[in-house]
Amino acid sequence: MYKVSLFIAMGLLVISCGKKEQSGDDFSKPTTTEATTTADPASYDPNRGEGKYDKVDLGATLDQAMATEGEKVAGVKCTSCHKPTDEKLVGPGWHGVTSRHKPEWILNFITNPDPMINKDPKVQAQLEICLVRMPNQGLNDTEARNILEYMRKIDGVK
Amino acid sequence: MKNTVVKAIVAIAMGSALFTSCKPKNSGDAVSGDAAQKAYVAPGKYDEFYNFVSGGFSGQMSVYGLPSGRLFRVIPVFSVDPEKGYGYNEETKPMLNTSHGFVPWDDLHHTEMSQTNGEVDGRWVFGNANNTPRIARIDLKTFTTKEIIELPNSAGNHSSPFITENTEYVVAGTRFSVPADNSNGDVPINTYKQNFKGHLSFVKVGKEGQMDIAFQIQCPGVNFDLSHAGKGKSHGWFFFSCYNTEQANTLLEVNASQKDKDFIMAVNWKKAEEYIKAGKGKLTPTRYAHNVYNESTHTATSEIKTQVLILDSKELKDICYMIPCPKSPHGCDVDPTGEYIVGSGKLAALIPVFSFDKLMNAIKTKQFEGEYDGIPVVKYEAALHGEVQKPGLGPLHTEFDGKGNAYTTFFVSSEVVKWDIKSLKVLDRVPTYYSVGHLCIPGGDSKKPFGKYLIAYNKITKDRYLPTGPELAQSAQIFDISGDKMQLILDFPTIGEPHYAQAAPADLIRNNGQLKFYKLEDNKHPFVTKGEKETKVVRNGKRIDVYMTCIRSHFAPDNIEGIKMGDEVYFHITNLEQDWDVPHGFAIKGSSNAELLIMPGETATLKWNPDKVGIFPFYCTDFCSALHQEMQGYIRVSPTGSNVPISFSLGTNLPAPTTQK
Repeated sequence: MYKVSLFIAMGLLVISCGKKEQSGDDFSKPTTTEATTTADPASYDPNRGEGKYDKVDLGATLDQAMATEGEKVAGVKCTSCHKPTDEKLVGPGWHGVTSRHKPEWILNFITNPDPMINKDPKVQAQLEICLVRMPNQGLNDTEARNILEYMRKIDGVK
Repeated sequence: MKNTVVKAIVAIAMGSALFTSCKPKNSGDAVSGDAAQKAYVAPGKYDEFYNFVSGGFSGQMSVYGLPSGRLFRVIPVFSVDPEKGYGYNEETKPMLNTSHGFVPWDDLHHTEMSQTNGEVDGRWVFGNANNTPRIARIDLKTFTTKEIIELPNSAGNHSSPFITENTEYVVAGTRFSVPADNSNGDVPINTYKQNFKGHLSFVKVGKEGQMDIAFQIQCPGVNFDLSHAGKGKSHGWFFFSCYNTEQANTLLEVNASQKDKDFIMAVNWKKAEEYIKAGKGKLTPTRYAHNVYNESTHTATSEIKTQVLILDSKELKDICYMIPCPKSPHGCDVDPTGEYIVGSGKLAALIPVFSFDKLMNAIKTKQFEGEYDGIPVVKYEAALHGEVQKPGLGPLHTEFDGKGNAYTTFFVSSEVVKWDIKSLKVLDRVPTYYSVGHLCIPGGDSKKPFGKYLIAYNKITKDRYLPTGPELAQSAQIFDISGDKMQLILDFPTIGEPHYAQAAPADLIRNNGQLKFYKLEDNKHPFVTKGEKETKVVRNGKRIDVYMTCIRSHFAPDNIEGIKMGDEVYFHITNLEQDWDVPHGFAIKGSSNAELLIMPGETATLKWNPDKVGIFPFYCTDFCSALHQEMQGYIRVSPTGSNVPISFSLGTNLPAPTTQK
């Protein structure tokens, strides 16, 4: 019997002390979504990498103007860590990069490195050597494409 | 029998539990069961509101999350901050310039967020400097101080930085009346009544937030305490509380508490604008600093302005009106409809609520009881909506929930009291721990309050936290006000002394175009270094400019020689990172300056006067990568007259290793 009255009293206690608030908006979700598009890790394509670049058409010959622009941007945003030679500085030297990777892989990686650092086997192997995650340097499409052209110039494309 | 006894005990226990849980008598009983759940924000989840809290005598502004009470950031505003290099690096030193020169400290009392149509809009938050009168504007895209304007003819800028409903003006009223800047201030202090004046400043706010003193209104010498703009129907008016209408200049504690009523001063600023247009303003010589931080050069500049437009309240009879208000009013708060003006007399046993409609009618029908130093005084009853009777002791400030309720803090009786604005009936009261000053409801002084939480900012902490010697953190307390009864859900400690605070929905600010880094291509700093190829060390007489870059995880250059005793060295360091949350720091041994904390894409300058011959290491102070501990360099300082040439390098040894000297 007193258990019942206890129960009622508890109920009263709850009721008397303010009503339960209704659930409001969910403030827990970020509105600006970070690029985490691929849900299935098995779908990762190590040749293409991950990102918006699917197929990149390269000219048969080098576009000198683009390569020059690319060298300028690289001078501000890249060459603190990458040399145009084989030599590793903070990151690997760029010499030979265009034969090691497909152009779309390069563009996907340099425009948004984080998802690929988390997934790409070659990048992960490189991270074990360099120990510094390549920063996102905020390259726009034109800058990235020009840098790719500069990389081709380094690799001897005429 | 036994059963009856048990029942009786249970009944008594339940009864007393019921009693104590709803009417807490001491701090131990104040919190009920679901408080933790209401204040809990799980790891990785966001808070619902930003809370911008004045730092009081710290001079800074702090940013908390609600309802968690988590501290996110302390924004340096009026005091130097060696942690961020604010006031130490060359770029921000001009921000703290005044007509008195560089002032490293102030006392920030009130925060006020910008509004559009009377609603908080998430663009800027303003803060006032109480000691050396100034107003600062903080940009909410960067959470940094962008602009500071000094206020001439003022002392103790207290009734500030309150704004009009479209942020047309941010105002400032002088707490300490003083002789005007262009008059001879070398007068006996006891000539207060003849020589001391109170000035109200109306600072125009431009589209980009830029501040400019549009005009000042010269008023009788009293203490202007707090203020709030009219809104809706009362847009165009501003209300200032005044105390020391006795015009005492000594022992104000007694001498400024003589009269039964002081005043709320109603100011028709639209009328003042008309007089300015009509050329009634007098350009008056003075000196005040206007400091602006330029986002593209990453550098502040300070300009000394030399005149201000002044309107005379005595001469122009229809700008200012006095409303009698008992006794030494402090808070002066306008409800969301703009109809009710609440004056909180610090020493009064009631709260008068004035009606804007009645005030307008009283002015129209000239229901005046006389003049105060040339300003018409409206009859108390003619403007009065009514009085809240016996609300508590020592009313200070009032905020609103948008549902017809007002919440007033009581310093002396340590409580927050909820009352109905129209019927003036007290609805609920809760104790605070202890001696509450200001309070804040998100949007609580705007047309659109978000009446879910109320935060009380207490002056006395005593036993609330683990003791920390004689000085204790001042406590803030969050109440859930969504129900009929206010419910305490959390205590949190604050920095400095919190006075007024403002809060706004988190989404309004985090979706306002938050800056994540400064774009290198837009960096127009005169000493920017865009890439390691451009790094250099330049001597110009005794001045050395080091153009340095940093990126995870090295400085370029990191070996510098050829610096001599007596040189003045400027390190201009550009952070080449272009990603969020990757600042680098810079500190050099023995420097009498602070550190630099350089945001991605930013350039900052540290001035260094080497004081000894020898090798000086420098390093990155902000853990940036796995190789952060490798992020360091050396500078060689040689005696005056040494012939060691300037050299700088990264990754190679210059000069050739054979030279041992």
